[in-house]
Amino acid sequence: MRLWLSAAVVTVINWLLKASAPLVIGGRKLPPPVLRLTALTAPVLLAGLIVTELGGEHWQALDWTKLVGVGAAGGLCLAKVPMLLAVAGGIVVTALIRLSLR
Amino acid sequence: MAALLDRRQEFFEGMRLGIGPGAAAFVLALSFGAEAVARDWGFGLPVLFSMFAWSGSAQFALLTSIAGGSAVVAVTSAVLINARYLMMSLALNDSLHGSRLSRALQVQALCDASFVVAHNTKGGYDIVRLVGASIPQWVLWAAGTAVGALTAPSPDLMQRLGLDVAFPAFFLILALDELRRSKRALAAGLLGASVAAALLFVTTPSYALLGAIAAALLGILPEKEAEQA
Repeated sequence: MRLWLSAAVVTVINWLLKASAPLVIGGRKLPPPVLRLTALTAPVLLAGLIVTELGGEHWQALDWTKLVGVGAAGGLCLAKVPMLLAVAGGIVVTALIRLSLR
Repeated sequence: MAALLDRRQEFFEGMRLGIGPGAAAFVLALSFGAEAVARDWGFGLPVLFSMFAWSGSAQFALLTSIAGGSAVVAVTSAVLINARYLMMSLALNDSLHGSRLSRALQVQALCDASFVVAHNTKGGYDIVRLVGASIPQWVLWAAGTAVGALTAPSPDLMQRLGLDVAFPAFFLILALDELRRSKRALAAGLLGASVAAALLFVTTPSYALLGAIAAALLGILPEKEAEQA
């Protein structure tokens, strides 16, 4: 019961967090400085996600084979390879390196 | 008619762009489902939690912090992790349509990858594209949890297959596009990455991510000052 209740509370608060701006601000337009701030949310979020995904808790998940794979995916993307194939390429590179190290 | 076709095109474009992060979400959900079953959550709760909460970071936070600890603390940590949704909700607000309730429902399609996919070149957000991108991600997140709970794949096998590369690789590819939009986006991205990197030494990834988002405050500065920062 405790688990179910906790999961339900997290779920409902999650919905409210997502709906916070429409519920509080409604259709009112945001002032220009806030608009500029919101336009930067996506690049900042992505930069943070890359670092936290690679580093993990207290940087303990940092793994050079993963870095090489992610770098390979980025390189393939810059070489105009479609997104899914680029990521698949990064996965294959990392898997091959790990296989060769065993 | 042309507007309807445009919206349909945006929706399918969103779905196409959502398949990649969805595949990565499937892999992560396998771990969540397997770990939940290992911690005696059963099959139904993790699957329903994934379907309704649809938030990897909050779900993992609750799963790991509730075992043997206070439920209030566990729920609080899961909620704090998602505090970034406040900022993202604010960012999306001007792009939503309809009544207050309708806007609140549209924004439920929000997740990290969809938020980025929906960011258009004019600085706003395309909600139809956001919804399209979220559909494959939601389906694969829920399906991955169910498969993980049923099959309990070994984390070692997933690591050997290099599947842990999927999420950061997708984020890097999306970032390459975002950071090239302006000097200001590049400066904010670098600042956000630096803040996250520093915070990772002292806190968990979720809180480091929350700290990184503060770099978006650079947007409050007028254009020239921000580019010099």
